[in-house]
Amino acid sequence: MSTATLSPAHPTTPAPTRASREERRRGETRPAWLFLAPFVIFYLLFLVWPVIYMFIASLFNTSLVRTGFGTFTGLRNYAEMLTLPLFWQSLGHTLVFTLITTIPLVILAFVFAVLANRVLRAQWLFRLAFFVPFILPSAAIALIWSFIYSPTTGLWNSFEAAIGIAKPSPVLATPSLALLGVAITTIWWTIGFNFVLYLAALQDIPRELYEAASVDGASQWQQIRSITIPLLNRTTTLVVLLQIIASLKIFDQVYLMTAGGPGNSSQVVLTLVADTAFTNYRMGAGSTASVLLLIVILIVTGIRELIERLQQRREG
Amino acid sequence: MASQQPAGASVRDTPRKHRTGVSAAAPAAQAPAKPGSSGRSFTVVSWTLLVLFAVLWLIPSLWAVKTSLTPNGSSALGASAILRNWNLTLGSYTTLLASGDIWRWYMASAITSVVTVALVVLFGSMAAYALSRLRFPGRRLVFGALILGIMIPPQVLIVPVFQELNAVHLLNTFWAVILPQVPSVIAVFVFKQFFDGLPRDFEESARLDGAGFWRTYRSIVLPLSRPVVAAMAIVTFVGVWNNLILPLFVLSNPKLMTIPVGLATVQGSFGQRLSDIQASSILGALPLVILFLIFQRRIVEGFAGSGLKG
Repeated sequence: MSTATLSPAHPTTPAPTRASREERRRGETRPAWLFLAPFVIFYLLFLVWPVIYMFIASLFNTSLVRTGFGTFTGLRNYAEMLTLPLFWQSLGHTLVFTLITTIPLVILAFVFAVLANRVLRAQWLFRLAFFVPFILPSAAIALIWSFIYSPTTGLWNSFEAAIGIAKPSPVLATPSLALLGVAITTIWWTIGFNFVLYLAALQDIPRELYEAASVDGASQWQQIRSITIPLLNRTTTLVVLLQIIASLKIFDQVYLMTAGGPGNSSQVVLTLVADTAFTNYRMGAGSTASVLLLIVILIVTGIRELIERLQQRREG
Repeated sequence: MASQQPAGASVRDTPRKHRTGVSAAAPAAQAPAKPGSSGRSFTVVSWTLLVLFAVLWLIPSLWAVKTSLTPNGSSALGASAILRNWNLTLGSYTTLLASGDIWRWYMASAITSVVTVALVVLFGSMAAYALSRLRFPGRRLVFGALILGIMIPPQVLIVPVFQELNAVHLLNTFWAVILPQVPSVIAVFVFKQFFDGLPRDFEESARLDGAGFWRTYRSIVLPLSRPVVAAMAIVTFVGVWNNLILPLFVLSNPKLMTIPVGLATVQGSFGQRLSDIQASSILGALPLVILFLIFQRRIVEGFAGSGLKG
């Protein structure tokens, strides 16, 4: 790697291959950066700089109606956010939402994938049913589900009335149900992604393993427990992490279906960020809330990295 | 695993003895490799469960389709009226398509998605080519810095990205939707992974013939990478087409609304025209359903690949 120390003015170097390799390497540096430049410029402009800007703005009372950062306020935005009950409520709702979506989204996706992998027939039907919603716009999903949830005459309340519930509550207009309603919509909408990840991993498990096990008299359930689940361990770690992060950054469904309401009963961190920054024009405080959410997400990623390492150590 | 084969063969009779009931009639001897009777009933149970769930999953979409085909007057009366009225009509669709808004939304979504996809594929594959094929100081550092980027969800950056676009006066232009979505780190990773697996013989002989890196990339690597380019293009297209948060805040001009932003206004502006609301949702989803029907396998593989590598 000490290429710089060797001067090219050594015609008597005994290793011509090495010299030519060095020359080639020097010749590759310029084109390499030219190839990288367009992407790296965009990466710096729209990923690195926004992160830095967000941290700086979180220390100022930056406003949408003024240019520049405004005046330096130190950690005052953080103090404000961390003592604001609405921030903690939003964070709490975000965590609850993450919990009640991640568990069913992982378990159901696993079950659907295992079953679909066994059945082998009519795969197109399951792809159509489970996967297609995932590639549709959240706005279309929100229209469909808000309509299903519409009070009294909507499909869900009518169903409840039909099975004998005397006075069904309007899901999205009841504080204790709104977030749950959004969660059910989310489970329906996004299960396809996890389903496809599990299905891809299942297809990598050699059939012979199952055949050998069934020859040995292992029941289907035993096969799933002692072959499928352990071999899908790493996929499950990945699915859980991707799902947790996807759920933590929830915005679309809440913004479209409940706008954080009724009251603030379904307010989540990103809708609070949007309200603070774009409705109240307080970019600094909005940045602070974003920074705090980013920290939560990075902690989750860090924990996953740890688990991954432990798994590798146990396997190797 | 190989040692299980002879052992299994010697006890092959054992599971057969356990077979009882209806499925005992199955001629097990003809298909020794197939799962036994417990397997067969398991398959039946799996099948039933799966079809049940699939139907459950289809209900919301079917309900939206049915509502969109029912006259507004009936839909306003509620679920039972929608279920009872089978005088289907395309009225909601013709109203929407005649009003023109939806066409403008389609155009905005198409322009922003296509341009973003082109830039993501071009710049992403170029960067991946450099990282996969060229040796240069700082290569690991660049790679590591890009990995870090994967951990930052773009939604979290909406406030600073808005400020940045505001500062350079790009708000309310399509560039405000396109440019921030160009640095897709996942695309670079998927491309790099694919390039790493390509044989290098062609490239080396092309290089010996005096072809530069650009020509090697353009006329050898890219043509060999058609499947991954297609998969990444579709995955990116879906993501950009469906993006709500970015266009919602950087485009305030109603003439520039993309499909998701347009649909977000429908609930408020259509009021009691419930069939029209559902029809607009269907129209917004339609291009992606068509895309799915054409590229089924590519889409599924593309998403599975982008997840596994992410």
